[in-house]
Amino acid sequence: MAETHILQDLQHQAAIASKVYVQRDYNSGTICKFQTKFPSELESRVDKQQFEETMQTLNNLYAEAEKIGGKSYLEGCLACMTAYTIFLCMETHYEKVLKKIARFIKEQNEKIYAPLGLLLTDPIERGPRVVEITIFEDRSIGFGR
Amino acid sequence: MHLGLDEPVRECQYNQICTRNSSPMETLSHKKKRTPRRKWQIFPGRNRFYCNGRVMMARQTGVFYLTLVLIMVTSGLFFAFDCPFLASNLTPAIPVIGGVLFLFVLGMLLRASFSDPGVLPRATPDEAADLERQMDAANGSSGPGYRPPPRIREVVINGQTVKLKYCFTCKIFRPPRASHCSLCDNCVERFDHHCPWVGNCVGKRNYRFFYLFILSLSFLTIFIFAFVITHVILRSNRSGFLNALKDSPARYPLTGREVVVCFFSVWSIVGLSGFHTYLISSNQTTNEDIKGSWSTKRAKNNYNPYSYGNVLTNCCAALCGPLHPSLIDRRGFIQPDTPQPLSHSNGSGLYPSTQNHTHMCDQEHCIQSTKFVLQAAATPLLHSDPVMMGRAGPPPSGKTSLGGPCSSLAPSQPSLPSSMPGLGCAGDMLTLRDPDAHCHHHHFVSPEEMPSPLGPSSLVLPFAAHGGHLNPAQLYDPASQDSLHEDSVRGLVKLSSV
Repeated sequence: MAETHILQDLQHQAAIASKVYVQRDYNSGTICKFQTKFPSELESRVDKQQFEETMQTLNNLYAEAEKIGGKSYLEGCLACMTAYTIFLCMETHYEKVLKKIARFIKEQNEKIYAPLGLLLTDPIERGPRVVEITIFEDRSIGFGR
Repeated sequence: MHLGLDEPVRECQYNQICTRNSSPMETLSHKKKRTPRRKWQIFPGRNRFYCNGRVMMARQTGVFYLTLVLIMVTSGLFFAFDCPFLASNLTPAIPVIGGVLFLFVLGMLLRASFSDPGVLPRATPDEAADLERQMDAANGSSGPGYRPPPRIREVVINGQTVKLKYCFTCKIFRPPRASHCSLCDNCVERFDHHCPWVGNCVGKRNYRFFYLFILSLSFLTIFIFAFVITHVILRSNRSGFLNALKDSPARYPLTGREVVVCFFSVWSIVGLSGFHTYLISSNQTTNEDIKGSWSTKRAKNNYNPYSYGNVLTNCCAALCGPLHPSLIDRRGFIQPDTPQPLSHSNGSGLYPSTQNHTHMCDQEHCIQSTKFVLQAAATPLLHSDPVMMGRAGPPPSGKTSLGGPCSSLAPSQPSLPSSMPGLGCAGDMLTLRDPDAHCHHHHFVSPEEMPSPLGPSSLVLPFAAHGGHLNPAQLYDPASQDSLHEDSVRGLVKLSSV
């Protein structure tokens, strides 16, 4: 995925201290949902409330992508009738929401996490099995608290 | 036999150790180094890719071509010999409907065969290391001779406890309903079965295409069968039955054969469609049904936690639900700095994370011997698990006689699926017990059962026992996509470099 120039600067200037993985939460079934439990490694870096809010919004976005309702049925039926050739011209609803998620992650990184020396990786690049959070070393550049 | 347009090129990229003389490969690798490579070229599973990564199939595609040939030949004969008569004597709508059905069948078959079934990408080295750490912490210290418990996570879904197993090949905890297909060497989401007729696994992303394929194929075979019979009847009304049959071989030489093929197909395909309709309406996979995961025979209050409660919602969710995108991004370009997924390595960073050069020259003989030795060494460590169900499944279109093709499907579990009463192939599935009757990829265990941290030391012993005539360089050189082989090879090279 394309990284912003801020994030690229991060990678050039700072070394990766460690990576934290937030696993999937399967309690609601096979839908894509991540655990909102705050990882202990991030305690010194980011506000718990902020992190949980990010994860909750992410979960809501994925729920929107996987929602089964009138709109998805319509899309499914239309696709079936056109023998699925309609997807040569248009994106599926899921893909549209995935783009929205990518934008959200980028925005969160730019506004909140990069200044704190953290980087969220879009889960779709990892399966989506995990949300990978890269913790960069605290250098004398002024990252971290 | 395969389309072979852009078959992934296996290259000898570890040139410094490769003692085998493979100059044509080397020149190719030099050329390849200049052009950016796509992710399908380093895909760790046992799949074939065509059309520069657009088409993805299993390794064994012979039966798929058989399916294609059977459908085309039977339909072709119908259109050539029966349709002219029927169109002129009954209605021209018959060939039109037949044509539409035929095109739909082909479209769904190709879609089911060529698309990604829902393969889960393997864990990156960092992710795998993190999981290992967590599991070690959870298990605690183990004394000598203590075998660590199987790696399982329990999760409660809608009130039912579901066990998530750790996949040793992909280094992930499999999501619920996912299973590892040992034929394709991939974990597939919502794994239904591996279908040799379709030449691919049937999973989350292509289940609806598979279902529509068998459903429309049922209609097509019934349609052809009915109208071929009608043709013979109409002809016999005019000129007598015997004359009609006599005319048949002379003027329409294959009508009789068509009838026979269609007769057998109707029973098996219609039966299979019925079975899958039942599965869809109860929101189960073939895998779950055969294992009896949600059967009340297992436990009194056992129920399917994924079912929406009513048949209509289950059907709509399966067929008209959102179409998930492919997770493996096969046509993306490989970024040099991004971590590549592991292909069954120890996960402790033996090699640089750019796994671009994991595809080696193919030497089946050496691969098989290495695999055999490793599995022999690892057998006592394994626990039995009916994981091999992943590769079995009822055949969708039995256009030929049921005996031959069905022998290629070997469920490892003796219990019959309770819900397949009329399925033609069920009888054959009962008689098949020997998993080794299947293709040569199957030995007595499936690769994922190999506990991954075997360590280099345990790898040395089997090779020493093997007489020492397999030197590391020779082994290293012919590795293919076989993940087990790569693991052994990496271990050996590490040893040799120490």
